[in-house]
Amino acid sequence: MTGGYGGAEVIHEVSVRVDPAEIVVLIGPNGAGKSSVMNAVLGRLRVDGGHVRLTGRDMTGVPPEQIVRQGVSFVPQTGNVFPNLTVNENLEMGAYIRSDDFRPRIEEMYALFPPLAEKRRAPAGTLSGGQRQMVAIAKALMVEPVVLLLDEPTAGLSPRVRGDIFRVVREINTHGTPILMVEQNARQALGIADRGYVLVDGRNRLEGTGAGLLADPDVGAMFLGGGGGESRAEASDHGDDTRG
Amino acid sequence: MIEFVNFHLVPGLVLGSIYALGAIGVTLTFGILRFANFAHGETMTLGAYFTLALIALTGLHPLLLVPVAMALTALAVLGMDRLFFRPLRHGPTIILVIASFGLMLMVRSLVQIVWGAKLQTFSKGIDLPWVLLDTLRIFPKHVVIIGAALGLMAAVHLLLSRTRAGKAMRAMADSPDLARLTGIDTERVIRTTWIVGAGLAAAAGALLAYDTHLHTNMGFRVLLPIFAAALLGGIGRPYGAMAGGLVIGMAEELSTYPWIGTEPLVPPGYKAGVAFAIMVAILIWRPSGLFRGRVF
Repeated sequence: MTGGYGGAEVIHEVSVRVDPAEIVVLIGPNGAGKSSVMNAVLGRLRVDGGHVRLTGRDMTGVPPEQIVRQGVSFVPQTGNVFPNLTVNENLEMGAYIRSDDFRPRIEEMYALFPPLAEKRRAPAGTLSGGQRQMVAIAKALMVEPVVLLLDEPTAGLSPRVRGDIFRVVREINTHGTPILMVEQNARQALGIADRGYVLVDGRNRLEGTGAGLLADPDVGAMFLGGGGGESRAEASDHGDDTRG
Repeated sequence: MIEFVNFHLVPGLVLGSIYALGAIGVTLTFGILRFANFAHGETMTLGAYFTLALIALTGLHPLLLVPVAMALTALAVLGMDRLFFRPLRHGPTIILVIASFGLMLMVRSLVQIVWGAKLQTFSKGIDLPWVLLDTLRIFPKHVVIIGAALGLMAAVHLLLSRTRAGKAMRAMADSPDLARLTGIDTERVIRTTWIVGAGLAAAAGALLAYDTHLHTNMGFRVLLPIFAAALLGGIGRPYGAMAGGLVIGMAEELSTYPWIGTEPLVPPGYKAGVAFAIMVAILIWRPSGLFRGRVF
C-alpha cells in the first residue's frame, strides 16, 4: 500500500500480511509509519496505491464504521475505553453491532481477564492502566473479530503488567484470533510473534519470523540493544538520514 | 416559616424541576453533539404552544396532552437537525452555535406568527390550594408539576443506565472517536439525543405554561437559568443537570425571602440575576461544575 493524510504520503509500498491464527508484529522507529499502516487498514488513511484485503474481499476505501462491521476490531493506544461507563457497559458497547445474545461472550471475557470480573460495576476510568488495557482488549474481542489490531498495547505500563498483557495476547491468539500489533517493546513482542515486519521511513525494511528477527543483528542494533531500546531506535533513525 | 414554605420553598421546587428538565437536554446536546444549543429555550416554547393547540383541538386536560406535545416537538427538532445542524456537523463548533442562535430567532418568530404575541393560558379560572393545618397552602398543580418532573427524570435515569440506546449516548459523550471505532451508529445516537432533549424541553415548557402562562419569550427567558444549571451540574452530566436545575430554581426563589430583616434579600425584580450570578461564579471558581463535567 501507498498512502497518506492530506497531501503528504507517509507510507510507501508497504506490504503487510496476517495469516489466519498468526500474531504479526510491526516494529520500527518513531515515525516509521507503523500506526499509519493500521490506519490504512481501518480506512482512516487515504490509500493511493495498493489494496486492503480481508479474507479475499477488497476493503480499500471502506469507511471506518463499516470496517468494524466486517470484523476488524481495533484497540487504539490511548482513549480506548469509555471512562464513565462501567467495565460491563464497556463490554456491552463492544458488542453494539451484535444483535444476538452476547452475555456468554461477556462471561468468557471475565474468564480470560479475571481481574476485570471483580470490577465489572466500576467505571472504566477508575481502573489502573493495565486493567484499562484489558477492558479495551476485551471490548474489542466482544465481536469475535476476524482480525484484532492492537496499537502499542503495553505503552506506559510497568514491566510486570506488560508481561501480563503479552501473555493474554498470546492466549487470545491460541483461541484462533489473528492479531496485528504495533509495539515499542520489540523484544517481548517478537518473543510472542509468529512473524514480524520492521518498517523504516514508511517502507518495509525487514521481514521474518519472530525468532528470526530477534536473532537478526540489524534488528538487535536498532531496537534490542541494552536497556534503552527506545533511545537506540531514535539514534538509528538519525543514522538512516545520514545514509540517505 | 409557613410563609417561607408557601411562597419560597414550594415555588422553588417547582421552578427547579422545570429548569432540571430543560437542563438535561442542554447538557446532553453539549455532551454528545458538542455545542451549546441556543434554540433549546425555543424548543420549550414550542412544547408549550403545541400543548395549547392540542387543548384547542381536543378540549382535554393539558397534562394528558403533554406526551403528544413532546412527540410533536421531538419531530420538529429532528426536522431542524436535518435542515440546519446535520449539514454543519463536521465544521467548526462555533458555526453550530451560531446556527442554533439563528434557529432560535426563526422559531420564536414562527410561534409569534402562528399563535400571536399576547399572553395566553391553558385554562381560565382560579386554581384553589389545598390548605393543610390551616396554614400550609399547596396548589395541586405544583404537586403535579413536581411529580411529572420527577417521573421524567426517573425515566431518563432508566434510559441512560439500562438501555442500549442510553449507554451508547453515554459512550458517545465520553468519546465520539472510540464510539465510531466500536461500530456505534453515531447518527442514530444523535437522533436519540435530540428526541430525549426535545421531549424533556417540551414537557418543561408545557409545565411552565401550566404553572403560569404562555408567552413567545418564555423559552428565551429561562434559557439563561437552564444554561447555568447545566454548567453547575457539569457539562455533559445529566444527573448534574438535574441537581443544577433544582439548585438554580431554589436559589432564585429563596433569594427573595427576607433572610435579613423584613425586606426581601434580593428584590423580586432582580430574581433572574441570581442564576446569572451563580453562573459567573461557577465559571470563575469551578468551570467543571459540581459533578466534574467537561471543560471546553
